[in-house]
Amino acid sequence: MPAPLDLLPHLIGGLWVTIQVTLGGTLVAFVCSFLAGLGRLSRDPIVRGLARGYIEVFRGTSALVQLFWFYFALPLLLGVRLDALVVGILALGLNIGAYGAEVVRGAIAAIPRGQIEAAIALNLSPWQRMRHVVLPQALVAMLPPFGNLLIELLKATALVSMITLTDLTRAGMFLRDETLRTAEIFGLLLVIYFVLSLGITHAVRRVERAVSRGMS
Amino acid sequence: MIWDWSYAVDILPELLRGLVVTVEAVLVGTILALALGLLWTVCRRSPRRWLSYPTSLWVEFVRSTPLLVQIYFLFYMLPEIGLTLSPLLTGLLALGIHYSAYTSEVYRAGLNTVPRGQWDAARALNFSRYQTYRHVIFPQAIPPVIPALGNYVIAMFKDTPMLSAITVLELLQRAKILGKESFRFLEPLTLVGGMYLVASLLAGVGVAWLERRLAMDKE
Repeated sequence: MPAPLDLLPHLIGGLWVTIQVTLGGTLVAFVCSFLAGLGRLSRDPIVRGLARGYIEVFRGTSALVQLFWFYFALPLLLGVRLDALVVGILALGLNIGAYGAEVVRGAIAAIPRGQIEAAIALNLSPWQRMRHVVLPQALVAMLPPFGNLLIELLKATALVSMITLTDLTRAGMFLRDETLRTAEIFGLLLVIYFVLSLGITHAVRRVERAVSRGMS
Repeated sequence: MIWDWSYAVDILPELLRGLVVTVEAVLVGTILALALGLLWTVCRRSPRRWLSYPTSLWVEFVRSTPLLVQIYFLFYMLPEIGLTLSPLLTGLLALGIHYSAYTSEVYRAGLNTVPRGQWDAARALNFSRYQTYRHVIFPQAIPPVIPALGNYVIAMFKDTPMLSAITVLELLQRAKILGKESFRFLEPLTLVGGMYLVASLLAGVGVAWLERRLAMDKE
């Protein structure tokens, strides 16, 4: 293969780890976003407080500090060593989930009050109101900001290289130590991340078109 | 008790010295990001396509690739082209460039809110491009987006721990060194997290205050 592309096979293993962390992190972030976002709108002050605390702590501290804390400090408290891949997925998922929670909260709060009153007038239960009236409209509004957060998550996965996980970035660092082809390797890394981001942007746009079909 | 208070108090001064380095990096990084972002925005709006297209691609590229990889890239590549900077300088250059892609988007949003008539009026008055931006467009476009810019400064602050990857002695790097010396990671890392939390919350209050001020000015 021509010059920079012959390096690609050595990066495939790292790329796979990056994809695993991105997908796992997305799942964790999605669950956290909805739990905390709905929690903030709860009538129970304890649930509201817990959701608020989670959001403030994870948005207020740095993602890398969170990764280090989960990897180096938490095991001292729990007495068990955690797998780097699990820590990476959990910490990044929790971090992005805190930002996602604000997206969920904002989208649901933006649903006009009349919609909810109409649902109450139709004698829908709170669950039915959420399921059939509020969420279908709120989801459409959530998609674009969720897409941006997914790209932030993909970029943040590079941080797992600092807790000994051999992701794309760390695979590149090892390859650099061996071959010293610095410019080619880092250029290739940046292009791969860029292509992955473009892929996410296009996927989110397709989903957006699919959900907003039939809506004005 | 797992948490050792006396150790926590012992390491506090060393961590605060790291916080000073962090704040320095953010201040210089902010100036760079604000200036470069404005430059990208103006270039993107240029009628010359050979200028606007590559700038758009550049901003998109910088924004969608990891800051950490950009930091490594500068750290290893600058010496190869004969430019040897200290790790701190390299780091704040990377921060400034990365966040200029975000500030450029913010400026663009601000410029889009200026009515077309303002441009036409400036042209009718025979203003040059520079005069139009300087005296007509920027004074209207930039103040409303200051809070949004402020939020990116806070985001930049939370990304500074990445500079520890290139040995800058900021907050996280000092915590790591302290942890390795004493085999105690719980106290330094928790303190660092606490410092970030307090600083971000304070900065958040500051941005909210700015937002209210600007809303009042408008009325």
